[in-house]
Amino acid sequence: MPGNPLSMIMRNPKASPEAIARTKELFGLGQPWYIQFLIYIQNLFKGDLGLSFLYKKPVVEVILQRIMPTLIMVGIAEIIAIFVGMLLGVISAWKRGTKIDVFALGFSLVTYSMPTFWLGIILISIFSIGLRIFPTSGMFTPGQTFSSTFAMIKDGAMHLVLPVTALSLVLIGEFTLTMRNTLLDVFTEDYMTTVKAKGFGDNYIIRKHALPNAMLPMITIIAINLGLIIGGTIQIETIFSWPGIGRLMYEALKNRDYPLLQGIFLLITVSVILANFIADITYSYLDPRVKN
Amino acid sequence: MSSIKREMRKKNLTEFFVNFRKNKMGIIGAGILIFFILASFLGSMIFPYDPMNFGEVGSSLQPPSIEHILGTDDLGRDVFKNLLAGGRISLIVGVLATIISMFLGTIIGITAGYMGKKTDIILMRFTDFFLVIPWLPLVLVLAAILGSSIWNIIFVIGITSWAGTARVVRAQTLSIKERPFIERIRAIGADDKAIMIRHILPNVFPLVFANTILVSAVAIISETTLSFLGLGDVTRPSWGMMLNSAFESGAASSGAYWYFLPPGICVVLVVLSFTFLGYAFDEILNPKLRRR
Repeated sequence: MPGNPLSMIMRNPKASPEAIARTKELFGLGQPWYIQFLIYIQNLFKGDLGLSFLYKKPVVEVILQRIMPTLIMVGIAEIIAIFVGMLLGVISAWKRGTKIDVFALGFSLVTYSMPTFWLGIILISIFSIGLRIFPTSGMFTPGQTFSSTFAMIKDGAMHLVLPVTALSLVLIGEFTLTMRNTLLDVFTEDYMTTVKAKGFGDNYIIRKHALPNAMLPMITIIAINLGLIIGGTIQIETIFSWPGIGRLMYEALKNRDYPLLQGIFLLITVSVILANFIADITYSYLDPRVKN
Repeated sequence: MSSIKREMRKKNLTEFFVNFRKNKMGIIGAGILIFFILASFLGSMIFPYDPMNFGEVGSSLQPPSIEHILGTDDLGRDVFKNLLAGGRISLIVGVLATIISMFLGTIIGITAGYMGKKTDIILMRFTDFFLVIPWLPLVLVLAAILGSSIWNIIFVIGITSWAGTARVVRAQTLSIKERPFIERIRAIGADDKAIMIRHILPNVFPLVFANTILVSAVAIISETTLSFLGLGDVTRPSWGMMLNSAFESGAASSGAYWYFLPPGICVVLVVLSFTFLGYAFDEILNPKLRRR
C-alpha cells in the first residue's frame, strides 16, 4: 500500500533520526512485514489490535468509542425499515395492479435507485436549511451543557431524525421489493388456492399462511443488510458528520491509518459472519425442514 | 446447418422484440435511457463544456436564467453544460465497468460450471469471497490504493461486481451441460474449450444480457458514490464529481438547488431505466414470471 506510515505519523519532514527510530520502534514498523504480520496475529489473540497512527491510541479503544453511535442510528433505522418495508410489501403484493401497488413499487424503485448520500443532501437542504427543524450534523449540539438527562436525550433525538430517515428510506425500498416478490411467488402456490376455497378472510390468510412462507428470503435480506450496514453507513455518516464507525473508516482511509483500517475490517467481517450465523439459526426456527 | 441456426436465432430475436414491445416497463426504461444517451452524447457536442470557463466575477452560484438554463456552479461554470458532459462520462464508466464485470463473471461462471470438481470448488469459494465482503469498504480501499483516475475507477467497479453474474451463469451452465446435445458434440470429438465457447456461451447469453443491465445500474451508482467520497477523477466532471463539488462548496446549505438536484435526478433516472429494462428482460426471458 502506498503512503509511508512514518511520514504520516511524524508530520515533520525535518525530524531527527533518533525521533524517527523511536517512532519506528513504538509502532513496530522496524521489522520486515512478515514479522509484523506474525506479531499482529499474536496480539490479536490478546485482544490487542495495535496502535492507531492517527489517534496515537490503541485501535480497540478508538473503535469502541465509535460503535455506540452507529449501533443506535442503524438499529433504529433497521427496525423502522423492516416494519414499514414488510408492511408496504404485503399491501402491494395483496393489492397487486392497483394504484397502491403502483405507488409502493414506484416509491421503492426510486429510493432503491437513489445514491444514499444524495438523499441525505436533499433531506438536509429541506429540513435543516429550508425549514430549520432539524440540525444538519453531529450527534449533539456542540459546546452545550445539558440541564438534565431529558434535555440531552431530546437534543440527541433531534440529531437522529435525518440520518435515520435517510438510511431507513433506502432500506425500505429494498425490503418492500423483496417482500412483494416473495409474496407473489407464494400466492401462486396451490395451498393458497386451498385456503381461499376454505373461505377464510384476507387478514387470516396473509398472517397465517402467506407470511410465514415468505419469511425465509426476508430474513436472508435482513441478515445480509445487517452485516453490510457498517459499510453502508459510510455515506450517511459522512453527510451528517455522525461520529460512528463508517466515518471512522473513511478518516482512517484518508489518513493511511493502517492499524485502524485493519481493526475496522476485522469488525465488519465479524459482523457479517455473525449476521449470517443468526440468520441460519432463525431459518431452522422458522422452517422446520431446514433442521434436517 | 449454420443457416438453420441463423434462422432460429432470427426467429428468437423477432419473438423477443414482439414481447418487448408489449412490456410497458421495458418501453419506459428504453425511452429514458435512449433520451439520456442522445442528450449526453449529441448534447455535449452541441453545447460543449469547458471546465476552465469560469465566467466573470460575481457569476458564481447564479440561479437559473435564460443565459444559463440550470444556473452556474461555485466557480461560475454552466451547470447545464456540465450535466451533459458529465452524463457522457458517467455512462461510459458504467458501460466499460459492466463489460469488465460481465467478462469476468461469464468466464468464471462457465469454467466453474463446466469443469466441475476442484476447479468449481476453488472458483466458487473465490466468488463467495467477493459476494460476502462488504462492497463499499473494499471499493474504497482499492480506489485509494490505485489512485483516482477514471480508468482505475472503471477497473475497481468492474472487478468488484462480477460475483453475482458468475453464480447465475454457473447454475445455468450446470443445467446446459447435462443436455444431450453437449454429449453428442463431445462424441464427435470437440474439446472442452470449443464446447464452452461455441455451445455453452450462446446458451447462457440471454441470462448474461439480463444481468448486464442490472450491473450497469450498480456501476453508475458506484461511480457516483466513489466520486462523491472524493475518490473520483478531478479532471473528468462526471455526475458524481458534480455532486462532490456541490457538497464541498456548500451548495446545499446556500440553497443552490439547481446545482445539487439535477445530477442526482439524472443518476436516479438512468439507474431506474436500467432497472426497468432489467425487469422487462427478466419477464420476457423467464416465461415462468409471465403468468403472475
